[in-house]
Amino acid sequence: MEKLIIHKESCKSCRYCIENCPKGALYIKGDINEKGYPYVSVDHEKCTTCGICYNVCPDYVFEIQEREV
Amino acid sequence: MLKKKPAACFVDNKYCPGCGHGIINRLVAEVLEEMGIYEESIGAIAVGCASLMPETFAVDCIQAQHGRAAAVAAGIKRCRPDKTVFTYQGDGDALAIGFSETMYSAIRNENITVIFVNNSNFGMTGGQMAPTTLENQKTTTTPRGRNIAETGDPLNVINMMKDLNTAYIARGSLTNNANIMKTKKYIRNAFEAQQNSEGFSFIEILSPCTTNWKMDPIKAMEHIEKNVTPVYELGVFVERGEKNA
Ligand SMILES: Cc1ncc(C[n+]2csc(CCOP(=O)(O)OP(=O)(O)O)c2C)c(N)n1
Ligand code: SF4
Ligand code: SF4
Ligand code: SF4
Repeated sequence: MEKLIIHKESCKSCRYCIENCPKGALYIKGDINEKGYPYVSVDHEKCTTCGICYNVCPDYVFEIQEREV
Repeated sequence: MLKKKPAACFVDNKYCPGCGHGIINRLVAEVLEEMGIYEESIGAIAVGCASLMPETFAVDCIQAQHGRAAAVAAGIKRCRPDKTVFTYQGDGDALAIGFSETMYSAIRNENITVIFVNNSNFGMTGGQMAPTTLENQKTTTTPRGRNIAETGDPLNVINMMKDLNTAYIARGSLTNNANIMKTKKYIRNAFEAQQNSEGFSFIEILSPCTTNWKMDPIKAMEHIEKNVTPVYELGVFVERGEKNA
């Protein structure tokens, strides 16, 4: 099993990931990180760990890791 | 598919939200890492927002004077042909003050790779007109829009280079996942051409400058799709595939 990890402190709220996620799994709730940006969160139920958000993010927020089942 | 940012890219890059430089930095690092050469590569880095790159990029870099990155890279490569040498430059740098250095590196078919970020303005200095600025595009020095009767046409440098004796020339963009993956492939092909001593390789990348365009990042990407790509066509323009330099 794989899991999407979000390094929220790096997010600058550009929304490229939200726009490009084919599953509509990403959203911004409004919570703000230390830099002052409302950061991205994921709905793990919808995410297929396709990696598109990793590719389009200019700020290296996403990581896909192996997860213990 | 497991994904992790390349070790050569540190987090907290200094670019504005939605700036394309962050994606391009990562693509260069991924390619160098996948080729197993990031610890032995050398970058000649331009002024402008390109100069923010070495702050969060763990590859040996030299800060070139404004416009001179291709000349600096050519010098490094001639002294150390065993190294993989690249430039990282904006359009103001490579095509305005550095036009001669850029063109003559291509004309001499120097065995270097130029990574050229076309964001159609001078980003760091506050969004002045660059040679690549589109017709009618508003910048701080063309507040009514670029008048090509006064300043000439937007400079398509690949059109000027593609009939020269070079190794690999391509133009990519960052507007969606597919274009980003293609751009990465072009960067890989360029570095491979250099490793095979095929000669000069040049990758132009259409990139958003969200701050100076005064556009929301998503709108900036739409602007590239709709207005920039028709002027600067995407694709591979030169592909040699044999020893040449
Ligand atoms: C000799 C010299 N003249 C002028 C400058 C001021 N300057 C700094 S960056 C820059 C332009 C950068 O624009 P571009 O290459 O398009 O890069 P961007 O910031 O858009 O990535 C200029 C003119 C300088 N650093 N050195
Ligand atoms: S990995 Fe794919 S499905 Fe999951 S959030 Fe990212 S883009 Fe969406
Ligand atoms: S693409 Fe990256 S920086 Fe932009 S909103 Fe998504 S996670 Fe944040
Ligand atoms: S000024 Fe433009 S090119 Fe420079 S970091 Fe900001 S968005 Fe990027």
